[in-house]
Amino acid sequence: MAGENVTRQEQQTTAQAPPPGSGSNPPMVLSEGVHKRYGRTEVLKGIDLEVPRGTVCCVIGPSGSGKSTFLRCINHLEKIEAGRLWVDGQLVGYAERGGRLHERRDREVARMRRDIGMVFQHFNLFPHLTARENVMEAPVRVRRMPKDQARNVAGELLARVGMASWADRYPGQLSGGQQQRVAIARALAMRPKLMLFDEPTSALDPELVGEVLEVMKALANDGMTMIVVTHEMGFAREVADTVVFMDEGVIVEEGPPHELLTRPKHERCRAFLSKVL
Amino acid sequence: MSAGTLPEARGRAREEIVAVPVRHPGRWVTIAVIAVLAAMLAHTLVTNPRFQWGVVGQYFLSQAILSGLVRTIELTAVAMALGILLGVVLAIMRLSPNPVLSRASWGYIWFFRGTPVLVQIILWYNLSALFPRLSFGVPFGPAFVSGSLNSIITPFVASVLGLGLAEAAYMAEIVRAGILSVDKGQHHAAAALGMGRLLVMRRIVLPQAMRVIVPPTGNETISMLKTTSLVSVISFQELLYSAQLIYARNYETIPLLLVASLWYLAATTVLSGLQVLVERRAGRGWSSRGTAPGALRRMFMGGGTVQP
Repeated sequence: MAGENVTRQEQQTTAQAPPPGSGSNPPMVLSEGVHKRYGRTEVLKGIDLEVPRGTVCCVIGPSGSGKSTFLRCINHLEKIEAGRLWVDGQLVGYAERGGRLHERRDREVARMRRDIGMVFQHFNLFPHLTARENVMEAPVRVRRMPKDQARNVAGELLARVGMASWADRYPGQLSGGQQQRVAIARALAMRPKLMLFDEPTSALDPELVGEVLEVMKALANDGMTMIVVTHEMGFAREVADTVVFMDEGVIVEEGPPHELLTRPKHERCRAFLSKVL
Repeated sequence: MSAGTLPEARGRAREEIVAVPVRHPGRWVTIAVIAVLAAMLAHTLVTNPRFQWGVVGQYFLSQAILSGLVRTIELTAVAMALGILLGVVLAIMRLSPNPVLSRASWGYIWFFRGTPVLVQIILWYNLSALFPRLSFGVPFGPAFVSGSLNSIITPFVASVLGLGLAEAAYMAEIVRAGILSVDKGQHHAAAALGMGRLLVMRRIVLPQAMRVIVPPTGNETISMLKTTSLVSVISFQELLYSAQLIYARNYETIPLLLVASLWYLAATTVLSGLQVLVERRAGRGWSSRGTAPGALRRMFMGGGTVQP
């Protein structure tokens, strides 16, 4: 069972590693030995990763390597089977009390997700709401922000992603690149401390990729902590502080972009880069 | 291709095409057949004296028929309201991660969809034969309020229960299909924003499911309007029973059935119009591209899709 695995893992790790939340300045994301299975298929086989505050981490790798799954574990859209995952010093999905792990209630999980923005490959805008209403929805319903204030916030954010004049359009009336920029504004409306991007440009026509990457670059320059699963090596080279290469559920190599992208140490990483660069 | 031929080809493309259209002799045959059948129908409606249009006109706006019509509409509204509300609850139960709720909903649908509505109506009406008294209190313990079931189950109550509870079983399946039609990504996007399960259902999933739920619900409402005629068997005075009471006295069976039919037709036509309006509202964000002619106009004015 999932719970037993986590407990066993905990007994191994707690002895040497104190909970990182106790430090004065924990990393934004800390992952230790994270495992994820779908039935018998092991998708993540022990992920160790640290993402410091204010940095950008790009995750690259072939499809099916577990990149997106790992991203979805960080805001508990997927449950992990073993290991530990902390966001801002807080254990994801569980609470540790008296040496045991307790599953968190839906409401507690939802509260944690408020502070983590996520942008999806297929945008997932709410098609029955206009661009502005998409951005307003969560602040009004979840943060209980007054509607007038939320409308102003939405206007500012849409202007920031260059979508101010499209605020009253429905997603179906926008191009892919425009939809993705609205999706970024929607995530930012909750004032997240961490942004997760799941292949944000993979579903876009090539000429629309640039406008989305520009918005993401601006966000990185403003000091947002970002984890970006991407195939855009140019973006990774320019913006990332760390690039992580994943394959078959493990992190094969990790390093600053200029090293990993130009002088990869591992054969698998070299083979992958030679195909995409 | 040489550069010289290109402008010439373009020039020819600018000429308007005058082509011989394809002939459709089959269309003319079908038009002729339908025209003859329509003429025969019109002829018999006008010339057959046994239709007794005079009697139809005499009773069409009579007090008894109109109050029957009002009761039919009331019963349709109340039974559908019960069916929709209970149907949404059953659908959400059916999709719940709690297996007991899910099975309970399945069992309800199994029973109420598996027995004829007519039987259910008669059963509800005769419920006092099974339980003479109805009490509210502690289960298996003392009762606080108690009354004769016979006085509670009036023909109207039996009709609402019989029609509404059966309708709920069908509505549950319609709502469930609607909820399942919403892309999983919508759940994820809403959850990632920190929205709770019920909030996601109410604000994100159900509004989108409406697009799938509304058209069959319109059909169900129209069907319900006609199905209410079944409750004439427990002598609830809706439209059909009102007509039956009159022809039981004067033996003008056909004219009075025509009166009832014309009113049913009128009511279902109004409902069809409403259905189009509600569908357009539910299709917000999908159908709002450009200014395509409204469905209502297409329906009543024609044009748009008709080929010359």
